[in-house]
Amino acid sequence: MTGQAKLRSSSDRGTQRAPSSGTVLILGATSQIARAIALSFANAGYDLVLAGRTPDELERVAADIRIRRAADVRTETFDASDTESHQEFVARVLADCGHALAGVIVVFGLLGDSERARSDFSHAEEIIRINYVGASSVLTHLASHFEQAGHGFIVGVSSVAGDRGRASNYIYGSAKGGLSLFLQGLRNRLHSRGVQVLTVKPGFIDTRMTFGEVPTRLAADPEVVGKAIVKAVKKRKDVIYVPWFWRYIMWVIRLLPEFVFKRTNL
Amino acid sequence: MRTPLSGWGRYPVGISEVHRPERLGELKVPLQSSGSAIARGLGRSYGDASFNSSGCTVLTERLNRFLDFDPSTGALECEAGVTIGEILEYFIPRGFVPPVIPGTKFVTLGGALACDIHGKNHHKDGSFGRHVIDFSLLTADGELVHCSRDENVELFRATVGGMGLTGIITQLRLRLIPIEDPRVVVDYDRAKDLDRALELFHESDERYKYSVAWIDCVGGGRRGLGRSVLMRGNPATGSEAAVLRPEKRRGISVPSTAPSFLLNRGSIRAFNGLYYRKHPRQARGVLSGYESFFFPLDGIRNWNRLYGRSGFFQYQAVLPYDDGRDGLVKMLELLRKSGPGAFLAVLKRFGSGNPEAPLSFPMPGYTLAADVPRRGSAVLDLLSRLDEIVIDLGGRVYLAKDARTSPGAVRAMYPHLESWLEIKSRFDPANRLGSDLARRLELLP
Ligand SMILES: Cc1cc2nc3c(=O)[nH]c(=O)nc-3n(C[C@H](O)[C@H](O)[C@H](O)COP(=O)(O)OP(=O)(O)OC[C@H]3O[C@@H](n4cnc5c(N)ncnc54)[C@H](O)[C@@H]3O)c2cc1C
Ligand SMILES: NC(=O)c1ccc[n+]([C@@H]2O[C@H](COP(=O)([O-])OP(=O)(O)OC[C@H]3O[C@@H](n4cnc5c(N)ncnc54)[C@H](OP(=O)(O)O)[C@@H]3O)[C@@H](O)[C@H]2O)c1
Repeated sequence: MTGQAKLRSSSDRGTQRAPSSGTVLILGATSQIARAIALSFANAGYDLVLAGRTPDELERVAADIRIRRAADVRTETFDASDTESHQEFVARVLADCGHALAGVIVVFGLLGDSERARSDFSHAEEIIRINYVGASSVLTHLASHFEQAGHGFIVGVSSVAGDRGRASNYIYGSAKGGLSLFLQGLRNRLHSRGVQVLTVKPGFIDTRMTFGEVPTRLAADPEVVGKAIVKAVKKRKDVIYVPWFWRYIMWVIRLLPEFVFKRTNL
Repeated sequence: MRTPLSGWGRYPVGISEVHRPERLGELKVPLQSSGSAIARGLGRSYGDASFNSSGCTVLTERLNRFLDFDPSTGALECEAGVTIGEILEYFIPRGFVPPVIPGTKFVTLGGALACDIHGKNHHKDGSFGRHVIDFSLLTADGELVHCSRDENVELFRATVGGMGLTGIITQLRLRLIPIEDPRVVVDYDRAKDLDRALELFHESDERYKYSVAWIDCVGGGRRGLGRSVLMRGNPATGSEAAVLRPEKRRGISVPSTAPSFLLNRGSIRAFNGLYYRKHPRQARGVLSGYESFFFPLDGIRNWNRLYGRSGFFQYQAVLPYDDGRDGLVKMLELLRKSGPGAFLAVLKRFGSGNPEAPLSFPMPGYTLAADVPRRGSAVLDLLSRLDEIVIDLGGRVYLAKDARTSPGAVRAMYPHLESWLEIKSRFDPANRLGSDLARRLELLP
């Protein structure tokens, strides 16, 4: 039928994608930020492996992306805090997609309860374990793959909180700061091998992490993060802030001398 | 977080604790806390149905995942926060449209089911609930219950049109309608008065899948009471699409920048007159996109703010065909004489009602919907007098639009309310699900 043919060929954001450019592994794929990242990469023509610790939720996110983007999406169970399992996890993913693995994006993280983390070290340890230890563990296993492959990208979602230690959330901040340094080192190691390492530092993003804490109008839509990362990967950037103006906010915050900063209430 | 909330009419306003779950598991949290809860989609109901100032309001917008689609049957399964707009965006290219399309695309499927919404095709295809295969409902006791026409039938019936008061709908399956072309072929007819409009409806409505009329509630003079522009169409077929000419943009839209003081009787009258005359007496075969045909107002975000801080009412009622014409005349005369001016009003013919759903609004008859700015106390009197006309003729008002009617009036309008209340009290004896509307209309037994 001519009508049907017309429908299929009409321009459409929903189902028309760029030709496949390989597979992207997203770690911690059940958050709103991860979902936005996944949708943006699917739009850019990548197939996806979504990994996370809650299988039902993972399946829902995957089904949604398959329908919205007509992308090939698989799911894998992954627990960031169970570092023992990471080597096997990475081996399994590589066995599945091998050289098609174009890149990996670490999105999982834990803000935790900063009040509690001040005095309850087991909680502080959990925050450090997920944001820093978990991320550096899984990236260690993946780095050697990319180093050998000689191409690809590694993206870590860190935070502006890692740019300076603040009274309000320094446990989370120090773990994210550690992650930023880890990514920086990895970038310098892998640069000569042609592998891009991108550090992403979001400011306030409108997710459950900030809902009720930050006025919604000050928090950016998660979509902004997805789009920014796709663009930064394309342009082979090193460090991005999202939204972009956080670069300047953090520049000012980092410039404040310690004797001033310690008197502020940030 | 506690925050002020209101419906699309911006009146009334209630302060509510707000939750916004992002995962299915997080949905249970608000139901576990003390006090009552109500789901809120995009807040496009006009009054106080979508918030709860004596407990919490659960925003469903982040639970909007498509789950499954079967192109051979058109069955789409998705979470309740998916919107009509998203279905159009992703499924028109695949050759499908939602079975019922309301006047705005910013409506969630949860809201569509809870209000059993109707579209321009009601006279042909009935209301939203008819096209729903099944759904999952998080009930007052925190259980996730599967409801269909075979399973948990009473909950199924009480939830369709149940204004969110039986639980939170988490996901549903509905049947989409196949189309051949992403456009509608529209015929326009100007009717010089109400009688001519009704005549046209009766003569030829059955030839159109989609039918609605814009009706002038302020002008028209003595002889032109209820002058209208009928807009009726059918989905374009492949062969039509090849020969018909696309719609030329008609040079009029709702003024988007007008400050609210400009919205007075005079300007409203002028706008309506212009709108009427801008349409040709008759036009045939105009090809129109789904969005421009169904959502003429969506181009102007937040047009509801035009009415200013005090907000507005939308009065929508249905009158049975018997004596319906005389009832409409009385309503139009009242609106014209004592109203502060109804800016936008719509007239449509309904087909048969939804026998499955005791609180469903549509019934065979004429439905009139008119925006009435909330100015002065006379407005409330006017609307109560409209209620009397409606009750007198055996009609009813639409709860999704209501912000001011009374418990007594609703009981006179909805003959099956008692049976609905009985189901509600059985499944939610402690009234864990409640909204400001439910308290105002005493729907919490
Ligand atoms: C411009 C405009 C045009 C409109 N045109 C039409 C029309 O043509 N036909 C028509 O029928 N209606 C129409 N409406 C009304 C609108 O379709 C309904 O009010 C619809 O319910 C709004 O959906 P929502 O997602 O915004 O729901 P809300 O307004 O947020 O909620 C409406 C009701 O649904 C309940 N609800 C929402 N989500 C859930 C859920 N997940 N589980 C349980 N209950 C839930 C709420 O508790 C509340 O009682 C129109 C509204 C506007 C603003
Ligand atoms: N929102 C902001 O303003 C903001 C700002 C800066 C940085 N960030 C960072 O952005 C990322 C996403 O955050 P978000 O705002 O979208 O909040 P979020 O929903 O809380 O995201 C956290 C994600 O990490 C996952 N996760 C936690 N522990 C895990 C574990 N042990 N194993 C596997 N996955 C685990 C969570 O999985 P479950 O779904 O299973 O819980 C969830 O998907 C985080 O790294 C966060 O630090 C956010």
